[in-house]
Amino acid sequence: MANKLMVSTSPHIHRRENTASIMRQVTFALIPAGIGGVWIFGLRALFIILTGIVSAVIFEWLIQKARGVKVTVLDTSAILSGLLLSYNLPPAVPLWLVAVGSFVAIAIAKQAFGGLGRNIFNPALVGRAFLLAAWPAYMAAFAKPFDVIAGATPLALLKEGKIAELAQLDLSYQDLFLGLRGGCIGEVCILALLIGAGYLLLRRIISYHAPLAFILVVGLFSWVFGQDGFFGGDFIFAVLSGGLVLGAFFMATDYVTTPLTTKGRFIFGLGCGLITFVIRKWGGYPEGVSYSILIMNAVVPLIDRYIRPKRFI
Amino acid sequence: MIVISEHKELTEKLAIKDAPLPDRVFVPLSQHLGKSCNVIEVKVGDAVKTGQRLAIADAGIFAPVHASISGRVESIAEYPHPVLGKAKAIAIERDAALSEETFPLKSESEVSALNIEELRKIIQEAGIVGMGGAAFPTFVKLTPPKPVDSFILNGAECEPYLTADARLMIEERDAILKGVGIIAKILNVKNVYVAIEDNKPEAIKKFERPAIAGAPNSKFEIKILKTMYPQGAEKQLIYSVLKRKVPSGKLPFDVGVVVHNVATAFAIYEAIYKRKPLFERVLTVTGSILANPANLRVKIGTPIAKLIEFCGPLKKEPKKIIMGGPMMGLAQFSQDVPVIKSTSGVLLLGEDEVAESEEEACLRCGECIKNCPMGLSPALISAAVSCEKWDLAKLSGVLDCIECGLCAYSCPANRNIVQGIKQAKTKIR
Ligand code: SF4
Ligand code: SF4
Repeated sequence: MANKLMVSTSPHIHRRENTASIMRQVTFALIPAGIGGVWIFGLRALFIILTGIVSAVIFEWLIQKARGVKVTVLDTSAILSGLLLSYNLPPAVPLWLVAVGSFVAIAIAKQAFGGLGRNIFNPALVGRAFLLAAWPAYMAAFAKPFDVIAGATPLALLKEGKIAELAQLDLSYQDLFLGLRGGCIGEVCILALLIGAGYLLLRRIISYHAPLAFILVVGLFSWVFGQDGFFGGDFIFAVLSGGLVLGAFFMATDYVTTPLTTKGRFIFGLGCGLITFVIRKWGGYPEGVSYSILIMNAVVPLIDRYIRPKRFI
Repeated sequence: MIVISEHKELTEKLAIKDAPLPDRVFVPLSQHLGKSCNVIEVKVGDAVKTGQRLAIADAGIFAPVHASISGRVESIAEYPHPVLGKAKAIAIERDAALSEETFPLKSESEVSALNIEELRKIIQEAGIVGMGGAAFPTFVKLTPPKPVDSFILNGAECEPYLTADARLMIEERDAILKGVGIIAKILNVKNVYVAIEDNKPEAIKKFERPAIAGAPNSKFEIKILKTMYPQGAEKQLIYSVLKRKVPSGKLPFDVGVVVHNVATAFAIYEAIYKRKPLFERVLTVTGSILANPANLRVKIGTPIAKLIEFCGPLKKEPKKIIMGGPMMGLAQFSQDVPVIKSTSGVLLLGEDEVAESEEEACLRCGECIKNCPMGLSPALISAAVSCEKWDLAKLSGVLDCIECGLCAYSCPANRNIVQGIKQAKTKIR
């Protein structure tokens, strides 16, 4: 029996969490938001989500086969990327567009960089950014809730000056909280997003640093530099509309593309918040969450270089 | 530092038992840090008695080794060794005709008549080494090159599964305190601290006592520490007790502290009060696959197979056998390896308890960084190691790593971080 003994370096016990279980739990935590999206936008949203997931898994499998590396489809990270991509799309996009986005996310943003753990940019957001650049019309066609007519997001209406003030929107905070507004599939139902985020925070899978900094900065700056002059902005509207909650809790917390330390993550969140605010206020797009995260993704190596834990010596 | 699952319930309530006398022991010539014993004082065929010195080194820092049973020297040859893989050992076959030696207690007055030099000499000749795992010869640590003001008795026993120190504290309180008294006398320290984790209420109760025999000048204080890993690591312990940090590359005496483990203090007691050399020790033989895990008093040189047999039967095939605790212990190739002076436990893990070992790409989750008690960035060290950038590893502080294992323990990607660190350390040195 001697030769059956396993010999390896210490430690010999291991915390139970592993890559696949973490990815699974993040995916799981996103389910409520998906249900919210389907409830609000109808079955079409479900088809988009399914297309996102299935195409991401297929591309991951094909590329790993082609690269001759170990197929890691089972680690759920491709499912997660597909899911997040579809959550970041308006409910009226054609299904082929979803598949194209998936391809960009998996093939270019993830596998071309060497696969999970080596990608610099959040794959789902790269996919979305590509679609936004290539087919802007599709990407701005937001459906109204419970309606087939295309509508616009509250942020877009505000930006284009179609409404002068928020009161004209005829949306209460409660509507915004439940997601009864135009927007991307997975971003609208704040309630559902918070349920998932709460689960991940409790399980200590994500840390609160980046989301907290992100949301506070966007909220505070929108309040200070508001529509109606200094300190006349609407903190709650700024937080509840657009993709901030989805982005802050589920994309600004992605391990691979955010800093290693908690302090670094806080700085990352601050940066995302600032850039989001600037884009929303002065930029060409009504929403800046995805771009802010992508820009900050690029800054991560720098943050990690200068923010190191305090040595115990 | 973090809380990790303890598994101490398997043995923490079990009183220390004597392991059956082995028929044969294999006493390795190297059981300590320092020069291996090269002057062998017995030859094959010689009759030896329990406690008889077998070998010393002709120079350098070393600890002599002693016979742990009475019998005949059967061979002197290479034999499996729990730390070195293989090393020269003296095999002794027990001879029932030869009686086991006894070591009667000396009187207090006899002990108190000994001066510091004599005490150190007895401790040196008894072959005592740090029994918490480091195995550094104890008399050296009792001869600090500059005066120290504090002594800490390390009763943290923070490794999961191990309970031998805790049992020793409960059952041999007076002896340990006498050992502490000797240490305090030799070091001439103002403060004596007994540091115990709060998961050992029974032991804590035993040590809530004001004075120590033989060292009236020392102030005695018990420090109850939070149960966290690696609370018992020397640098962490000194910080928890005294809020002093040992700088990189320095030793505890540089900040005026000496730390000894509970088992070492007990061995010192036995050496001084009974003139008994270190040839047996208490250790925990444990694991959920053993029918009867136990805290055992074992002769040095006993092959662990004997202990496993004694604590069996096995409920399942062991997948891993570890000498020491699960966080820092060493996995063994075979059950032939003997118990040595620094063996604090033998742990058997079944198939389902063994950490999966397939390494994946670093997820950058940051857990290893959050948990590293030395404030290092294990993920970055591990990355430097995988592309063999030893300079970078050194810059990242790899030499300060205490190999506590928390980084690899918490890594969801199963990165073999500690293995890489050990490799880097040998490359750099
Ligand atoms: S790097 Fe060293 S000190 Fe830090 S957690 Fe890992 S083993 Fe422990
Ligand atoms: S714990 Fe493992 S996966 Fe996480 S950052 Fe450290 S090395 Fe990477």
